[in-house]
Amino acid sequence: MPQLEFHTFVPQLVWLVIVFGYLYVMMSRVALPRIATVLEERRDRIADDLDQAEQFKRQTDEAIEAYEKALAEARAKAHEIAQETRDRLHEETERQRLAIEARLAEKIAEAEKQIAATKEAALANVRTVAVDVADAIVAQLLGEADRSATERAVDTELK
Amino acid sequence: MSVENAEHGGGGFAIDPMHQFEIKTYFPLQLGSIDASFTNSSLFMVIAAALLTILMLAGMSRRAMVPGRLQSIVELSYEFIANMLRDNVGTAGLRFFPFVFTLFMFILALNLLGMVPYSFTVTSHIIVTFALAFFIFIGVTILGFAVHGFGFFKFFVPHGVPAYLLPLVVPIEVVSYLTRPISLSVRLFANMMAGHTVLKVFAGFVIALGAFGYLPGLLPLAFMVALTGLEVLVAALQAYVFAILTCIYLNDALHMH
Repeated sequence: MPQLEFHTFVPQLVWLVIVFGYLYVMMSRVALPRIATVLEERRDRIADDLDQAEQFKRQTDEAIEAYEKALAEARAKAHEIAQETRDRLHEETERQRLAIEARLAEKIAEAEKQIAATKEAALANVRTVAVDVADAIVAQLLGEADRSATERAVDTELK
Repeated sequence: MSVENAEHGGGGFAIDPMHQFEIKTYFPLQLGSIDASFTNSSLFMVIAAALLTILMLAGMSRRAMVPGRLQSIVELSYEFIANMLRDNVGTAGLRFFPFVFTLFMFILALNLLGMVPYSFTVTSHIIVTFALAFFIFIGVTILGFAVHGFGFFKFFVPHGVPAYLLPLVVPIEVVSYLTRPISLSVRLFANMMAGHTVLKVFAGFVIALGAFGYLPGLLPLAFMVALTGLEVLVAALQAYVFAILTCIYLNDALHMH
């Protein structure tokens, strides 16, 4: 069994110590610190990126909030303007309606006055015509007429 | 095929499944009184170290924010071991992260390199795995005493055990503690050795049965393909087991259960 040939032990041990010693120094001084640095940098970078993403998200949220607030304000303002306009138009219409109504009432009153005057004039004419007619008829029938008596008679009839 | 087997093999198909574990010296080297010869074991340790160095440095050369394939491999193995330590030892164990990481990557590289045909499996030698396990055992024991002082001896006295059972339980605890380096090293070494031996034995069957036609030869070949898949799994799994047991021992030393 070659494993138990004792004269081979010392060279194997010597080279084990040399190679393992070299590897230990290489790993602990050079290789492992490098890996540790890279891993550290990556962890930092990822943490940074996550932080930044968080910040951006916060900014986005703020922007959305501001936008929604502005939108709500604009909507309220638009509503207000619409209401105001509606009120103003309503008032205007009302005012114009009242003016027109007043003017119409005036015209109606005037017309009524005119109608009354015409009616009165007509009625006055009726008396004169009636007196004339009656006087003429009496004159035809009796040959003579008493104008004042006819006037009295017509007045009595007209009452 | 060793000389010995070639002589005894007779038929010429005899294959020594243990031959693959032989240590071959490439350059004899003497440092003082120490034999530091460069062998096939040394070669594959150096190859593993070179591959790991290339992987770690090439993988992290771009230091990309979004990792590519190679960088992902490096980062995933980093996170894998870091999580293993955090889960089993807690944040106090992160001090030992470079050691556990090196240990895991080294054993994994050696195990997987062993799966390459014509290569040599460094971890199939008990002396290598035992050296690693013993180093961990000594280190963890020193750590235990450094953190808890003589209070670390209480580690051998489990809570909630009736006093009259202590004479029985304490020796068991002590023995189980002292056998840790053996169980840790034998588990890795035996797995690697057994797997490669079985592969070699079946490879021998392919040739031996292949003499009777294609079909009898194909059967062990199919089996070998399946076994190779299993061995890749075992290679990774044993590296994982070695690392996680190291974590558990570290936790015992730091937190006493």
